[in-house]
Amino acid sequence: MDLVQWFAAPLQHEFMVKAILVSALVGLVCSALSCFMTLKGWALMGDAVSHAVMPGVVIAYILNIPLAVGAFVFGVGSVIAIGFIKSKTRVKEDTVIGLVFTGFFALGLVLVSKVKSSIDLTHILFGNVLGISDSDIMQTIIISVITLVTLAILRKDLILFCFDSTHARSIGINIVFLYYVLLSLLSLTAVAGLQTVGIILVVAMLVTPGATAYLLSDRFDHMILIAMASGVFSSVMGTYISYHIDGSTGGCIVVLQTLLFVIAMIFAPKHGLLVRSRKQLSDSV
Amino acid sequence: MNAISIDVKNVTVAYHGKVALHSASLQLKAGTICGLVGMNGAGKSTLFKAIMGFVKPVTGQILINGLSIHQIQKKCLVAYVPQSEEVDWDFPVSVYDVVMMGRYGYMNLLRIPRSPDKQAVRESLERVEMWQMRDRQIGELSGGQKKRTFFARALAQQGMVLLLDEPFAGVDIKTEKMMINLLIALRQAGHTILISTHDLASITTFCDQVVLINRSILAYGDTSEVFTEENLARTFGGSVGDFASAKNRFTPVNQEDQSWT
Repeated sequence: MDLVQWFAAPLQHEFMVKAILVSALVGLVCSALSCFMTLKGWALMGDAVSHAVMPGVVIAYILNIPLAVGAFVFGVGSVIAIGFIKSKTRVKEDTVIGLVFTGFFALGLVLVSKVKSSIDLTHILFGNVLGISDSDIMQTIIISVITLVTLAILRKDLILFCFDSTHARSIGINIVFLYYVLLSLLSLTAVAGLQTVGIILVVAMLVTPGATAYLLSDRFDHMILIAMASGVFSSVMGTYISYHIDGSTGGCIVVLQTLLFVIAMIFAPKHGLLVRSRKQLSDSV
Repeated sequence: MNAISIDVKNVTVAYHGKVALHSASLQLKAGTICGLVGMNGAGKSTLFKAIMGFVKPVTGQILINGLSIHQIQKKCLVAYVPQSEEVDWDFPVSVYDVVMMGRYGYMNLLRIPRSPDKQAVRESLERVEMWQMRDRQIGELSGGQKKRTFFARALAQQGMVLLLDEPFAGVDIKTEKMMINLLIALRQAGHTILISTHDLASITTFCDQVVLINRSILAYGDTSEVFTEENLARTFGGSVGDFASAKNRFTPVNQEDQSWT
């Protein structure tokens, strides 16, 4: 098949144009946030929050309010619950995280199965970017603008918060505020990611591009650009590939992201496995 | 120059009902270098946290240059140099970026550096002889260079009070000498410096004052008066012999982080 044709043919369908644009936008936003998630060590938190938003999404559907609102309440709520249980019991944090997010997720499953509505469980779990509605597109755009503008304004404070919160506090920066900003953005982007790749894979969007870029750069500004480039590339190409092979869109996007990570892990110019093993060899000689 | 700089009044700090520091009182004049000596868990970091305003004392009050903690933070009065173990050395920041973080308190919301900020960063890096290394990622530095980077950040912050946590652990002789000279210069400029350390030998060489701490403040005052075998034994609870020899070691030879636990 002709390469031009490969790229042009899907664009004859309006749903594909929308899907590609939405995926690209979500890829961009999630990747930007993923840099902060990986540097702060919040991958597990990202996993927890993205699952915990499930009941919020279902309740928002039922009440006919924006999904982002429901997701936001349950996303932030789950982290507050985690913090509360951790401080009041002797149970360790990773256990508490595992316990709370599965609890919330299970509640979401029960709600979906028992409440009569038009919600398709598979769309929540695995995403449905090919059939995304105009109101969902609008919501994704709003979430993206909020996230990108917030990150642009607070970028330096958030970097300092991730790097050295003690210093941030000592010069009067409100780190509790920054904590909740990052958490709120996480809940919001989880909803955006949910539309494209589904609740189960959204954590990949929030972690993998950041991890890939982390291996390729020693400067935060380069890292965030590389992450966004890899996120957008995976989203667009993943959507194309899913069209041509008639496979899961979310699956294709995340497989591509993971491939990019593996390539970076092996070939990264400074932190790659090849360079490292060559270095060890020359050191031992 | 002789105004009270750090004024800790009857401060008790407790975590989850357990007392970590009991009715500590301490007054340090501007222009002193003070060593804070005690075992692990004796309350050194608790006292640091209280001075930085991270823990709210159950009783008592802390004033710095007569100001409350909130005003202190707004004015960036207290600069903190962390222990090396507390830092994520793989973080994608350069030496220059780290030192610039010392200036954030003086910048607008977007933290865009202006010329006084850039000048302060350059001067600070030059004082610790790290200007040539400014573009290095912090993980590529030696132990001494790492320490000097964070010391430069504290210099750039231009706080009147400096807190240093184990500043000489794992650093080379050159760095230790350079830092001690800089600390003495800062003292002459009226800064107050509080150094938490296990390294008893280095204390006697340049600290004017010593605070001995073990859950509460056991003794504080001029180094020559406070640094007695008896006081040290109370601080570390036994095995006096070790401390007697440590006390007599006026030149810091041993660079290891001695743990007295």
